[in-house]
Amino acid sequence: MHKRLEPETGQSSARLMIRRFRRHRLAVVGLVVVVLMVLMAALAPLLAPDDPNRIFDKFESSPSGEHLLGTDSVGRDVLSRLIYGARVSMSVGVGAVVVYVVIGVLLGLLAGYYGGWVDQVLMRITDVFMSFPYFMVILILVSVLGPSLLTIIVVIGALAWPMIGRLVRGSVLSIKGSDYVQAAVALGYRTPRILFRHILPNALSPIVVNATFGVAQAIILESGLSFLGMGVRPPAASWGNMLSEAQSITVLSSQPWIWIPPGLMILLAVLAINFVGDGLRDSMESRSES
Amino acid sequence: MTAVEDASPLLQVRDLRRYYPIRKGVIARTVGHVRAVDGVSFDVYPGETVGIVGESGCGKSTTGRAVVRLEPPTSGSVLFDGTDIATLSTARMRRLRTELQMVFQDPYSSLNPQIRIGDLLAEPLVAHKRLDRAGARAKAAEMLATVGLPQLSLDRYPHELSGGMRQRVGIARALMLEPRLIVCDEPVSALDVSIQAQVLNLLKDLQGEFGLTYVFISHGLGAIKYISDRIVVMYLGKVMETATTAEIFARPRHPYTEILLDAYPEPDPRLRDRERIIVEGDVPSPANPPPGCVFHTRCPYAQDICRTEAPPLNAAGGARHQVACHFPLAQEAS
Repeated sequence: MHKRLEPETGQSSARLMIRRFRRHRLAVVGLVVVVLMVLMAALAPLLAPDDPNRIFDKFESSPSGEHLLGTDSVGRDVLSRLIYGARVSMSVGVGAVVVYVVIGVLLGLLAGYYGGWVDQVLMRITDVFMSFPYFMVILILVSVLGPSLLTIIVVIGALAWPMIGRLVRGSVLSIKGSDYVQAAVALGYRTPRILFRHILPNALSPIVVNATFGVAQAIILESGLSFLGMGVRPPAASWGNMLSEAQSITVLSSQPWIWIPPGLMILLAVLAINFVGDGLRDSMESRSES
Repeated sequence: MTAVEDASPLLQVRDLRRYYPIRKGVIARTVGHVRAVDGVSFDVYPGETVGIVGESGCGKSTTGRAVVRLEPPTSGSVLFDGTDIATLSTARMRRLRTELQMVFQDPYSSLNPQIRIGDLLAEPLVAHKRLDRAGARAKAAEMLATVGLPQLSLDRYPHELSGGMRQRVGIARALMLEPRLIVCDEPVSALDVSIQAQVLNLLKDLQGEFGLTYVFISHGLGAIKYISDRIVVMYLGKVMETATTAEIFARPRHPYTEILLDAYPEPDPRLRDRERIIVEGDVPSPANPPPGCVFHTRCPYAQDICRTEAPPLNAAGGARHQVACHFPLAQEAS
């Protein structure tokens, strides 16, 4: 009766997923771009030609051999600021998502697993959070708490969890009734073990996909806040506050080297991350477990 | 394999009820109940196998799930070795669960797809802090051999095994904590016929080896007849008849049992042209069970009293033969 086991088995569903992901060309390209941007952020001091905050005599100078992307209105090297700006975008993107995924997963697990009044209370809180005019609340909170990298991460994280919370709750509801969770209960496992070892790993795919898109959204949000002067405080460089220089008509019309590069970087980062998200969604959703 | 007649029962189910509320409307008020299990009582003695048989929806699985408290009973008691598990605290229940295990029907959904077989088997020992991970893995390897699986399977994921192999893993997992009672909820129904006998034989062998007691739930009379010492026949949440396997098959006293046996295909072609009993109508809804005897709507022998008065489960002659019928069939009926 024993089916012969082929030597190439022993494959986890994760490996199967990677194989599907690799067939998704745009997603692979996106992943490469994301990896490059993360490297750029991490290695900024080595890559940047100048100190991003050093002020040169020539301000608003067009691209030249000395300053490859020119200098901004204060006289700082645009390329260096662009490279350092990646740090802000990447840390806000990843940081905010980590915060809200942790909150959303915990609350979603509790609501879905316990059900009853726990679920009722948590879901009503979720409804309240979802009915906030999101951007306005973030603006207000950031201005009250004082704009800084950490504030932005915490504020976005604290407000953006309801989506993940609902997603996780839904998955938990369907997984909770499965025989393997029933078996875990019958085996006398404690609730944390059931939640984190038996339910969460099987609810992971939608969380990962949603979190990926969340990174892109957080990057856009940070750029928007910085553009409005509510984000990372100058002189620290961020793609958003570099872009805000385009608020001046002169810069917008005659000094494109100041605002086009950061705009392109935001576009590129968001697009690349979204492609990765698409790839993940496609490779995870079509997965058959058995 | 015969039951120890003089021992005290390991499991006593007494007047077990499990109702599911039917809710309607925005405010979800309860408009009625589905009586999945409606006053079931039976005993299980150490070392025996009690088969619970009935059509789908008769409450046999709910009964099994209530025995291991995956389903809280609405009322009634489930005494395991004298302890009522229906009212036990969660913490004490968790400790008691090591003695009371379950094998599930579907070997495809009862194993977590993300966990390798070796870890799946080692986990109960680690979770109950009996052994460290290495020790538990060694035990898991041992158990794998006991249920007849190759050691290679340890590092496989469930989806890499066949249905029969997976069910062996399910059985092995239930055995890891060395339980005294195992509820087998249709353990072979999802398997190919050719595999069913192997798994049944495995269950029988393990029973001898570990001194296990089984509650074996099935809608298939074949498996029930093969493995059970005694049989409980259920219909619409109630026990119709209970007796030893030999008694039930030789001398059914309840009309429902007779019909159930009649529907069981006769392997001997020379005996096939006997007269068949044709049952009419469908099983009534457990949300709205008929008054009186729940079987009267389909019973060929129903009288007026059957429509108004529910028959109690009475002794019906023979060793521990009980039947819930106003007009039990004559003893020599077959």
